[in-house]
Amino acid sequence: MPSQRSILIWLGLGLVIGLPIFVAAQSPLLEWRAPIYIAAGFAGIISMALMLIQPLLAGGYLPGLPPRTGRRVHAVTGAALVCAVLLHVGGLWITSPPDVIDALAFRAPAAFSYLGVIAMWAVIGAACLAALRRKVSPKRWRLGHSICVTVAVLTGVGHAWLIDGTMGFMTKAVICALAVAATVKVLSDLRVWRLLPNARKHR
Amino acid sequence: MASSLSSRRTLLAAAGSAAVLGATGLLAPARAQGIAPTRSMRGGSNNYRPGAPVVERIGGGGFWMSGTVRRAGDGAPLKGQRIQIWAHTTEGHERDPKSHGATLTDANGAFRLEMPQIVPAFGQAHGHLAFEGDGFETVFLRPVMNSPRDTSLTADFVLQPV
Repeated sequence: MPSQRSILIWLGLGLVIGLPIFVAAQSPLLEWRAPIYIAAGFAGIISMALMLIQPLLAGGYLPGLPPRTGRRVHAVTGAALVCAVLLHVGGLWITSPPDVIDALAFRAPAAFSYLGVIAMWAVIGAACLAALRRKVSPKRWRLGHSICVTVAVLTGVGHAWLIDGTMGFMTKAVICALAVAATVKVLSDLRVWRLLPNARKHR
Repeated sequence: MASSLSSRRTLLAAAGSAAVLGATGLLAPARAQGIAPTRSMRGGSNNYRPGAPVVERIGGGGFWMSGTVRRAGDGAPLKGQRIQIWAHTTEGHERDPKSHGATLTDANGAFRLEMPQIVPAFGQAHGHLAFEGDGFETVFLRPVMNSPRDTSLTADFVLQPV
């Protein structure tokens, strides 16, 4: 029988993730978009939701998913995040190829394009490191993965925040703030700064 | 300390604005007496359709795109110049042929074309305009609306003779 606290945590997480998707589904912009463009937009929102779930799993903060189990799920949701990001970019590419080519080549007119592309590469970098983690030293793997996910969350949140899209103002603010907070919390709990090359001096 | 900081800031600001003015050609003596040509904007040519027809109105209308076309140097208004306009609107995507239309400037170099309401797409509510024609360099503009609820947008061209 799950405790009241764990029910509340899961319910809260469900609301934080479910509400932005529900609000976006009511957006008037959907009426003027083709299905592939709508799918690409929701893949972006799901990417943001997964970026909130990832640090919670890595830190073992979710009831019923202690660190060991949590990290196994973390690997699966990480793969899902890469898929969601690729669906987001791919769907936008089909909708308007020149806009996506400009973004990928870092010559787009808006800052959010640059942030989004940096976030995409950071997510891919974090996933590649995870796949190759047995081939690099544990210290390098942890530091590299931590740097990649920090960049991914910060630029991903900046990207989402600056975009005038289907997400609602409040639900977007809450999910973005919580993704940053959860990432800061897990990096701090895992004492990631100790992995930095000059960490000994500050100890 | 505060005054030395502020004077350093002033110096930096002055140097910065001089660099900007220099880079945009506003300080160049050769151009000082003339009006500089409009440069194409990033992403301006995306989903352009060469030769889109001149139309009375794009789709059902309700939104106004307007602006002026002048000649670089003396700033003389240019009559009969063809401006192509397109955007993501309530009636279609940027890529759809029906989202494109062209119009011609009047004797005052002004143009004005009614089109469907522009809606945010790819993160911003924006329109596209292209100058296509003989005698001047091609220019692509991509103005962004201050608010997605605006019902008009303007863009001005200063064309460089070739």
